[in-house]
Amino acid sequence: MIEINGVSHSYGKSKILQNISLSIKESGITALIGPNGAGKSTLLSLMARLQPLQTGSISFDGQSVSQTPTRELAKTLAILRQDNALSSRMSLRDLVGFGRYPHHKGRPTAKDHKAVEEALDYFDLQDMSGRFIDEVSGGQKQRALVAMAFCQETKYLLLDEPLNNLDMYYARSLMKRLREIADTGKRSFVIVLHDINYAGAYANEIIALKDGTLAIHGTPQDVLETNALQTLYSMKITVTQHQDQLIALHHL
Amino acid sequence: MHAKKLIILSVLLALACIVFMTLGAKGSWSFLLVFRGTKLLALLLVSVSISVATLLFQTISGNRILTPSIMGFDALYLLVQTLLVFMLGGFTYVALDGQIKFLAEVGVMLLAAVLLFSTVMGKGRQDLHRMVLVGIIFGVLFRSLTGFLQRIIDPNDFAILQGASFAQFSSVDKDLLGLSILLVSVCCLIIWRLRYSLDVIALGRSNAINLGVNYERASFAVLVLVATLVSVSTALVGPVAFFGLLVTSLAHFIMNTHRHSILLPASILIAALILVSGQTVFERILKSQSTLSVTVEFFGGLLFLLLLFRGKMR
Repeated sequence: MIEINGVSHSYGKSKILQNISLSIKESGITALIGPNGAGKSTLLSLMARLQPLQTGSISFDGQSVSQTPTRELAKTLAILRQDNALSSRMSLRDLVGFGRYPHHKGRPTAKDHKAVEEALDYFDLQDMSGRFIDEVSGGQKQRALVAMAFCQETKYLLLDEPLNNLDMYYARSLMKRLREIADTGKRSFVIVLHDINYAGAYANEIIALKDGTLAIHGTPQDVLETNALQTLYSMKITVTQHQDQLIALHHL
Repeated sequence: MHAKKLIILSVLLALACIVFMTLGAKGSWSFLLVFRGTKLLALLLVSVSISVATLLFQTISGNRILTPSIMGFDALYLLVQTLLVFMLGGFTYVALDGQIKFLAEVGVMLLAAVLLFSTVMGKGRQDLHRMVLVGIIFGVLFRSLTGFLQRIIDPNDFAILQGASFAQFSSVDKDLLGLSILLVSVCCLIIWRLRYSLDVIALGRSNAINLGVNYERASFAVLVLVATLVSVSTALVGPVAFFGLLVTSLAHFIMNTHRHSILLPASILIAALILVSGQTVFERILKSQSTLSVTVEFFGGLLFLLLLFRGKMR
């Protein structure tokens, strides 16, 4: 259970988040949506202790992010960020291998190597695992970063726009993989998504932020609804149904 | 692969050291061993401090073209030294024990470096242009302050200062060797224990925190270590601008890895190889008609420009 209690955040005079309180259940995919500048990334980076909390508290299974040592938290939660300017010269396998660092502290065991190989297999990276990160495309690097977060083997994974740079094929296959993992019941995801149809199709719950406040917290059926979406994004959006799947026609 | 390259470098360095000790040796060995031995020791110490300081600085600042000296660290050390002479007066300065003076200078340098650079290093990491600008401004500021103080200082004090700060490769300050060895060894021990965390830190702040490294504490520690190492090398041989850059670029090029457990020894070996063999050539073969530092700086400077133009900043 992730508990967020009265979190507000501001940069200088601009308020990014205002008094956010919510709790996110274990197991499953929670999508975080909202227009640009709603505070999604800020909330995620506060959850992942990348920025110090200004007010309020956040805890994962009772472990407060501001009190628990960072090395302990690295075994509870992993985050994938949008900006990853990696300077070092390393192969994709090395990069994925860093996901094991919280467990082996620099001295990988057979178990760690096995976990890395599994992650490489799982995210279709095995045949390019020897290539250097400055030689692969943005999408391939993105998948390697997801694999790295995956093999950190934390109960909670926070992914900030994991579909960035991915084509339709890999975007869908990534979401399917995440769904599979979530269905095993061992791990929970909080994913910032821009495409609400992905959120509608793969998430158990959707949290919508607008102007730094909590707009909606509910099931995909609650959110993929014409009025709700129109208020959230301040634009005309029609929602239709294809078989039993709700689809927002936001591109028309 | 990496081990083999490290062994080759070590063998080459050992050869260079032997040549340095024996080439054109005339006269009593007991004198030569001590005379050349201390010089060799100083060269090795300088190699270790410059290469390790540069590598660490590049890891924490997340780029491959900035070095402590480009950011004005050694200029800061010279400013500290000048300030001490200025405030204490030349005679008090001379009367002080050399080692205590050195320790005091290192202490003040640490304080100043942490105050000045900790703010820039943390947040500026993403912004290379800002880092370069800050470095240039700090460098110019420290140098002109030093120049200003030297102008208004008492002429006698100035002469003392000249003696203290005008160290070179060919005339190493020998009094500080013992203390320097101690400082450098302690720094290296700490750094070697941090080698795996350094690999993680090289991935950037958010990745490092995500993987459970206490980034703020680690970067503070690295800043302190860099400042100490730069103090040692500047005290021994004076400021060297581009040597560190040359060495770390070569280490990255030859080793082609991100692992500090390989990069650290590699850059130390490369630095020592360049300094010892270069000094042998300039001192024994060219009979000191030119100086090593000029040549090293020339190639290092060229490399700096090349890296800038090719955009290999990351």
